[in-house]
Amino acid sequence: MAFDKTAMAARAAREISAGSVVNLGIGLPTLVPDHLPADSGVWLQSENGILGMGPFPYEGEEDPQIINAGKQTVTILPGGSTFDSATSFAMIRGGHVDLSILGAMQVSQHGDLANWSIPGGRTMGIGGAMDLAAGSRRILVMTSHVTKTGEAKLVAECTYPLTAKRVVDRIITDLAVLDVTPGGFRLVELAPDVTFDEVQAKTDAPVAT
Amino acid sequence: MNKVKHDVSEAIAGLSDGASIMVGGFGLCGNAEALIEAVATCGAKELTLISNNAGNMGKGLATWLKAGIVRRIICTYVGNNEDLHAMMRDGTGEVNIIPQGTFVERMRAAGAGIPAFFTPTGVGTVVADGKEVREFRGRDGDLREYVLEEALYADYALIRAHSADPYGNLRFYRTARNFCPIMATAAKTTIVECDHLVELGDFDPDDVHLPGAFVQRVLHVPTHEDHFEYKTSRPRAEGAS
Repeated sequence: MAFDKTAMAARAAREISAGSVVNLGIGLPTLVPDHLPADSGVWLQSENGILGMGPFPYEGEEDPQIINAGKQTVTILPGGSTFDSATSFAMIRGGHVDLSILGAMQVSQHGDLANWSIPGGRTMGIGGAMDLAAGSRRILVMTSHVTKTGEAKLVAECTYPLTAKRVVDRIITDLAVLDVTPGGFRLVELAPDVTFDEVQAKTDAPVAT
Repeated sequence: MNKVKHDVSEAIAGLSDGASIMVGGFGLCGNAEALIEAVATCGAKELTLISNNAGNMGKGLATWLKAGIVRRIICTYVGNNEDLHAMMRDGTGEVNIIPQGTFVERMRAAGAGIPAFFTPTGVGTVVADGKEVREFRGRDGDLREYVLEEALYADYALIRAHSADPYGNLRFYRTARNFCPIMATAAKTTIVECDHLVELGDFDPDDVHLPGAFVQRVLHVPTHEDHFEYKTSRPRAEGAS
């Protein structure tokens, strides 16, 4: 009984400090806001130019000119602001985004992140991922522990093209929460009914406890 | 000085083979739809297109790709843009994918008279291949590596604005702003497609998003399709939060 997507998102929400500025990548990270307390005061940043992004609009109120970086229609909360892309990436690279929660194809024991291209596969592109990875104060990765075909995604060295080197702080998978430390992966907690041996067996690098 | 053009062909006059063109918009959000359509059919080819996504779902700039008029693209994201995937797969044009923050900062630099700058983005990745990497003390005072990136210029910028006055002072709407004001500074000729045309003096000076000095031509286009890429919503019963 590992973490399902909802449990992963709820666990990730606990990583977010009240009042912080947070950018969420496409995919799993977009599930996180549902699990924030109503009074969290968190400001969601969307790199296409929103600070203070709200939930999806009510049906019938969608505006094609109010979208998130995944091009989904969204809303803007009271106190929110919109701005151009240069300002948005100044916010990101300049260290004004406290936390980014990103997906991953591979994470190395050094905290290297690969999440934009698989050699020989379909290239989705870089988008804001490299800037977010290089510029955010803290990087949290949400990913399945292994690929659909059972290959480890937490590895000694990434073999896919890198997004950034030595940037990942913490990883939430369906099996466990792990930190990246100067000594490599370190277990923080196990998902319900998951053993350390299973986590170690599915990780292609040593996991410290 | 009146920069308002009477029709779309007057607005894109002079745009010809081999031109480099920046086009604003985040996917299909905030597209200069009339200008994009006019360039697709004006006969110009061998174009260099500088755009975040190069269209999507066969619409917007994807029509340029399908028409075979683009020789080179500088973009940041491919996603599910099948026309761009086809161009990459078939090798019918050169496609450079670069980080979005670097993409916009290269244009910001171009528009601000700065020929190059160092950024932390892309260090240790293929993006830094062949580029100078140097250590500086960064925002926290510690030494870190940065990669040298050069300014990105263009002959034209085609951008969408919410409103414009005859001098080309602009205001943008929500996330349709994206790259538009930055591209306007980086191009030799910036052509604006505005939803609303107002009189000189209608804007409070403090409310102008982009001063008219960066704009050469204005075209008033009152109606737009504004396609949704992903029309996401929540049911009303769910509550207010």
